[in-house]
Amino acid sequence: MIMDFIDGPFWYFSLIVFFSGIIWNMGSIVFALSKVDLSVSRGSAVSGAIKTIFTRFAADKGMAPHIRLQIIAGYMFHLGLFALLFFAAPHILFLEEHFLGFGWTPMPHWAFIIASEFAFLGLLILWLHRILNPVSRLISTADDHIASILTFVVMLTGCLALLESFTALRLLHRFSVELFLIYFPFSRLMHAFTFIPSRAFTGAWFGRRGISS
Amino acid sequence: MSDRLERGLNTLRAQIDTKVKSYFSSCVHCGICAEACLFYTETQDPRYTPIYKTQPLHKVWQEEYTFWGKIGKKLGLTKSFTEADLANWEELVYDGCSMCGRCSMVCPVGIDVAYIIRKVKEGLAAADYSPEGLVGAAQRAVEIGSPMGIRLKALKAQIKHVEADTGLKIPMDVEGADYMALLSSMEIINFPEYIEALARIFKQAGVSWTLCSEAFEATNSGLQIGNSKIAKLLLERVVAGAEKLKVKNVISPECGHAYAAIRWDGPNWLGKPYNFKVVHILELLDELKKSGHLKTSGKETARLTFHDPCQIVRRGGVEAQPRHLLESVAENFVEMTDHGRMNWCCGGGGGVSANERADELKLKAFNRKKAQLDELNVETIVTACANCRLVMEEGLEENEMDIPIIGLSELLVEYLVEDK
Ligand code: SF4
Ligand code: SF4
Repeated sequence: MIMDFIDGPFWYFSLIVFFSGIIWNMGSIVFALSKVDLSVSRGSAVSGAIKTIFTRFAADKGMAPHIRLQIIAGYMFHLGLFALLFFAAPHILFLEEHFLGFGWTPMPHWAFIIASEFAFLGLLILWLHRILNPVSRLISTADDHIASILTFVVMLTGCLALLESFTALRLLHRFSVELFLIYFPFSRLMHAFTFIPSRAFTGAWFGRRGISS
Repeated sequence: MSDRLERGLNTLRAQIDTKVKSYFSSCVHCGICAEACLFYTETQDPRYTPIYKTQPLHKVWQEEYTFWGKIGKKLGLTKSFTEADLANWEELVYDGCSMCGRCSMVCPVGIDVAYIIRKVKEGLAAADYSPEGLVGAAQRAVEIGSPMGIRLKALKAQIKHVEADTGLKIPMDVEGADYMALLSSMEIINFPEYIEALARIFKQAGVSWTLCSEAFEATNSGLQIGNSKIAKLLLERVVAGAEKLKVKNVISPECGHAYAAIRWDGPNWLGKPYNFKVVHILELLDELKKSGHLKTSGKETARLTFHDPCQIVRRGGVEAQPRHLLESVAENFVEMTDHGRMNWCCGGGGGVSANERADELKLKAFNRKKAQLDELNVETIVTACANCRLVMEEGLEENEMDIPIIGLSELLVEYLVEDK
């Protein structure tokens, strides 16, 4: 009964919430009419926007030594998670069967282990930094902690679910993913999408002033 | 709800645009922006974290635009917005932020934090939570025409001195001139050498220019306090002056925020483009140098560095020009470790220097500049903003550092080739 619910209606419900939430949020940002800047531009807003979307993947040279921990842990977590999400064999199979109709070569088992270690360690360091560093402790909210915990649970149950013989573990993973998907559009997890318009807005602003940002 | 709270809240609500929505929903609270802010690095007080300074606007956004915020408000689970939300942030925003925009260069998700802080100022100013010093400056600017209370009479007196020293006529109210020069009050009172530099360079380069008796003040206290109405009113005077004299260009002086106001914000406050061009004095000097109209001979041998005024360089885009000019007249020009678009502020921008309450904090923040200077061991500092210059002079004196500061236009004029 519960199994049918998790694999059936609740799964579709979470997908609907996830996609409609993202479309709504992103639509209200991307399609909102922004004011036209009437000052005479010195450079191109469009190329500034495009550049900044990419340049902010790297930290400023002078800043890097002061934020080394966040950079390393941030990259470990995001790259690890990306690899797990799109290159773990069960995920590829799932996407092929349910959505895409085609698959690609999964990463080997040793790469899976490294990716999970990166993702777990990265997330843990970031979360410890969040609660121990006076700055991030002051500015963090309940939402940040809930998002971290949910992500952790999804990853943990995902690793456990690899022991495919236990349906209960696979179901637990599915269920945690569903909670994650439902929470996503209402939380800061949205940064996974909104970072693009944010960087673009800033890049455009600086770009028309002829400043690389 | 009190009147001032309502005014503040309504103004904050009106500040929430698409950019703000995108920025707030992207912030991952990583705290990286703190490391870019001199008020945090020099005090280690987490309250000076840039994004923390935007809390009042964040709270309004959360309550009115987010799912959880709306639910919390409906169920009475979130504390409602109070005057304390404004009062407690006045010091953080006005004393602890020079609007330098360095935080906006480092945020991994691309948030222009300074853009949001500027909007918070609007809310605070509307609710009368602004420091006395800035309120007074804005009032003087509106009533007298200058934040320092400088009247035309005082300018004319300074002009007389300059004319006597140079033997040159300072043109006033010349209709149809190519360029109308603006000045900051600080230049008029503290650094009239700037007026002299303009007169000598323009005479030599054959530039047709003028001052305007009805619009000589370039600074804009409305921008500093965060009151767009005052900002617009002050700007309109400049525009009226330029239109009356039918000039083709307006020159923004060696003043950071004046450039931001006139060059970039102005047309947006007015709601229409200008019918003249705005150039920064360094842009014009660089053009004159390149075209051969400005000739210099000899070079300064002292080891010197350039302090980039934030609003001219990082947020204004005039980065290469001062370097071209310096290289043409200085043999020993060295850069600070973080320079150009990543330069550290002097600590007194954004109205901080006009706010006496912030004096101690401003001097603390200056320690960042001190550390940069200590690394270089220079004999002279060159800059292009009268406010930076005064703030740094104060900081150097406080730290018993004997380094002279000079404006870039003045340095150039020392090596100007002049007809005898
Ligand atoms: S650096 Fe950007 S994402 Fe991080 S706390 Fe500051 S504003 Fe937020
Ligand atoms: S604008 Fe400058 S002073 Fe203000 S918060 Fe950002 S880095 Fe700090």
